[in-house]
Amino acid sequence: MAWIRIEKKQIKGKLMSGQTALLDSPEQEYILPGNRLCAGCGVTIAYRFILKALGKKTVVCVPASCLTILHGIYPKTPVMATTVNNTFAGTGAAASGISAALKATGREDWHVLAMAGDGGTFDMGIQSLSGAAERGENIIYVCYDNEAYMNTGSQRSSATPVGAVTTTTPINPKEQPKKDFMKIMEAHSLPYMAAVSSSYPGDVYNKFLKAREIKGTRFFHLSAPCPTGWWYPTKDTVKIGKMMVEACIFPLYEVEEDRVSLTGKSLSIARSGGKKPIDDYIAMQGRFKKILPEQVREFQRLVDKRWEALLARAGY
Amino acid sequence: MEQTLILTGAQAAAEAARLSRVQVIAAYPITPQSKIPETLSAYVERGVLQAQFVRVESEHSAMGVCIAASIAGARAFTATSANGLAYMHEQLHWAAGSRLPIVMPVANRGVAAPWTILNDCQDTISQRDTGWMQIYCMNNQEALDLVVVAFKAAEQLLIPCMVCFDGFLLSHTFMPVSMLGQEDVDSYLPPYVPFHTLDADNPVNINPVITSDPIADPDGVMSPGYMGIRFRLQKSLEEALPVLRQAGREFGEIFGRSYEDPLFRYRTEDADFVFVAMGALAGEASEAADALREKGVKAGVLGVRVYRPFPAAELYEALCGRRVAAVIEKAISYGYEGALSSEIKASFYAKSGPAPAITNYIVSLGGKDVAAADLIQVATESIAAAKSGTVSDRARWLGFE
Repeated sequence: MAWIRIEKKQIKGKLMSGQTALLDSPEQEYILPGNRLCAGCGVTIAYRFILKALGKKTVVCVPASCLTILHGIYPKTPVMATTVNNTFAGTGAAASGISAALKATGREDWHVLAMAGDGGTFDMGIQSLSGAAERGENIIYVCYDNEAYMNTGSQRSSATPVGAVTTTTPINPKEQPKKDFMKIMEAHSLPYMAAVSSSYPGDVYNKFLKAREIKGTRFFHLSAPCPTGWWYPTKDTVKIGKMMVEACIFPLYEVEEDRVSLTGKSLSIARSGGKKPIDDYIAMQGRFKKILPEQVREFQRLVDKRWEALLARAGY
Repeated sequence: MEQTLILTGAQAAAEAARLSRVQVIAAYPITPQSKIPETLSAYVERGVLQAQFVRVESEHSAMGVCIAASIAGARAFTATSANGLAYMHEQLHWAAGSRLPIVMPVANRGVAAPWTILNDCQDTISQRDTGWMQIYCMNNQEALDLVVVAFKAAEQLLIPCMVCFDGFLLSHTFMPVSMLGQEDVDSYLPPYVPFHTLDADNPVNINPVITSDPIADPDGVMSPGYMGIRFRLQKSLEEALPVLRQAGREFGEIFGRSYEDPLFRYRTEDADFVFVAMGALAGEASEAADALREKGVKAGVLGVRVYRPFPAAELYEALCGRRVAAVIEKAISYGYEGALSSEIKASFYAKSGPAPAITNYIVSLGGKDVAAADLIQVATESIAAAKSGTVSDRARWLGFE
C-alpha cells in the first residue's frame, strides 16, 4: 500500500541508523487508516508498533477506554487483531482468562495483550491487574497513560499530575501528585517492565520485541499525550511526549529482575546530561493554566527525586 | 451401576464439574461455597482433572476469567455465594450479553448487611434479571445432576446457567448421591465447541460499542443494534424451556433420573392446597404436605426447579383449579412481595382458568429455621383466609421475631 511506503520513508529520514529495529518492522499494518480517536492522539502511534511487534496471533483485551473507541463501532473495526472487550475493572482478569483458555486448549503460541488506560489501571483496574501479576499470568499488560479519564471527558484520575485542571478539578487544579505506578508494579517482582512513550515508537517497538520472548506478566507504562485533555495543539503530540522524556518527567527505562536500564533519550541524558526543566512543558498546556508556583516547585521536586533514584539504580 | 457416595452439596457440585471436564476454573472463596474450589484445586493439582485453575483475587475477576476463557474456547466454571455473587453482578450481565455457556453453582446465602453466612435465596433472586438461566436444586443428587444438565443446555442455547442450592442445608449436609460414570457423562455431554474460534487470519472485535440503530457492515449487510442483540437473548430464553426439558429427558434416559419437568411435583394430582417453593424448601414442604394429608387436607407441593426461563405455562396448568396456593419464599422484592409470588399471579392474568387463592410467605431469611410445623401453620392460615375471603395482598413474614 502506497501510504505505508511514504510513511516509512519519512521515518527513515528522521532516525539515526542503528538506533532501532523499527525499519525492520513488518509492513503488515494492524490498524487500518481511519479510526475514531481524536486527531493527535498518542495512543495510536504506539499501538501501531505494539501490534507490529506482537504479530497476528495476538488477542487484545480492552476495557472501557479510549481504545474501545479506536476499535470502532459494531459491525466495523479498523483493527486487524482479535479483540475482547471487557469490564472496566476486569482487564487483568480477562487477560488471565484468555491465557488460561489458550493453555487449556494447547494454543500457547498466541500472545495475550491487555491494553487499559490510566483510569482502568491506576484506579479501577488495579485489583485485577495486581491479582494477575501476582499469579504470574502469561500476559503483556500495557497501561496507556493520558493522565485522566479522557474517554469520558477528561475527569481526574490518580494518574493526573499535580496542578492540572480536569473536568472534576475545574476550579482548583489537582492537589495531589501522580501515583508512582511503576513502583507498585515493581512490588510484584515481574520478569519484565518498561516505561515507553508514544513519541519514541522505535523504543516501543524494540521493547515489545524483547517482551514477547519473555514468559510471565510483562508490564508496560506507556505515556500517551492527549491534546484533547491536555489542551495543546494536535500537531504537538510528539513534541509534548518528547518534552516529558527530555525533562525526565517520564524517563524511558526497563526493569528486569530489579535491574534498571535506561534506554533511548533517557540513557543519553544519563550519560551526557541535558535534562531540561519542566517549565516549558507546563507552559505549553492549557491544563496547567491554573497551576500554582508552589505546585510547579513540587512537581519539579518529585521529578528530580524520581530521576535521581532511577539514575542511582541504573548505575549513574 | 455406579456407586453411591455420601457427599455434601458442595462436593457434589465439584464432582459434577470434574465429570463435565471443565477446562478453566476460576474461583474466589466464600462460605458456604468454599468446598467447591477446594475440591477442584486438589483434583487439578493431582492431575485427576485436566484444567487450568485460576485462583483469582475476587469474584468480579472469577467471572471475568470465565467470560474470557469461554470466549477463547474453553468450558468455564466458577462457583460463589451471597456477596460474592453480588460483587459479580456487572460480569453476570457481560456473560449473558456475550452469550457464553458458563455454568456456576451458587450455594445460596443471605446477603449483607447485616452479615449472615446462613442460607436464604436473596443472592440469586437478586440476579434474576441478568439474562442467566437459574435452576434450583432440592437435594445433593440434584446438585450433581443438574450441573451436568446445565452444561448440556447452556452450550446448546449459548446462555449461562446458575445452579442454585441452599447453603449449609445442602452445601454442608452429607447425603447419599448416586455417582455418574465418566463414560456416560462423556456421551451425554460432548466437548465444548465455542461459537467463535480464534483465527489469526480472521480477527474479530468481540463486544464492541454498538449503536441503538442497526448499521450496515462493509458488505452492506445490516447488523443489529443494541436492542437487536438483547432481543436475541430474550428470544433464546423464551425458547429455552424445550431445550432444558430435552436435556433433562436425555439425562434421565442415561442415568435413570429425568429432569424433563421444570417443576418438582409432590402429591399434586388431587391437591386442593399446594405449597409452591424453591430448592430444599420444597423438601421441607413435602414433609408438611404428608402431615396435612394425615389431617385430611389434600395438600401437595410444587417445587420450581427451573426458575429462569420461567415456566409460567407449567405453573398455570399445575395450579389452575386448586383452591389455595401458598408461595413460600426465601427472598423478597423489597417494597412489594416475593418475586415468585408475583410471577405466579401474573401467570394467571388473561387466562380463563380459575386461579387459586394465593398467599405469600417470606420464610427462613438468614438461616432462620423453618420446620414442617411452621409450614402446617402456613397451610392452615392460608386455607382459612381463602375461606373467609381475607387473603392479604401483602407477604407475611414468618417467625421474624
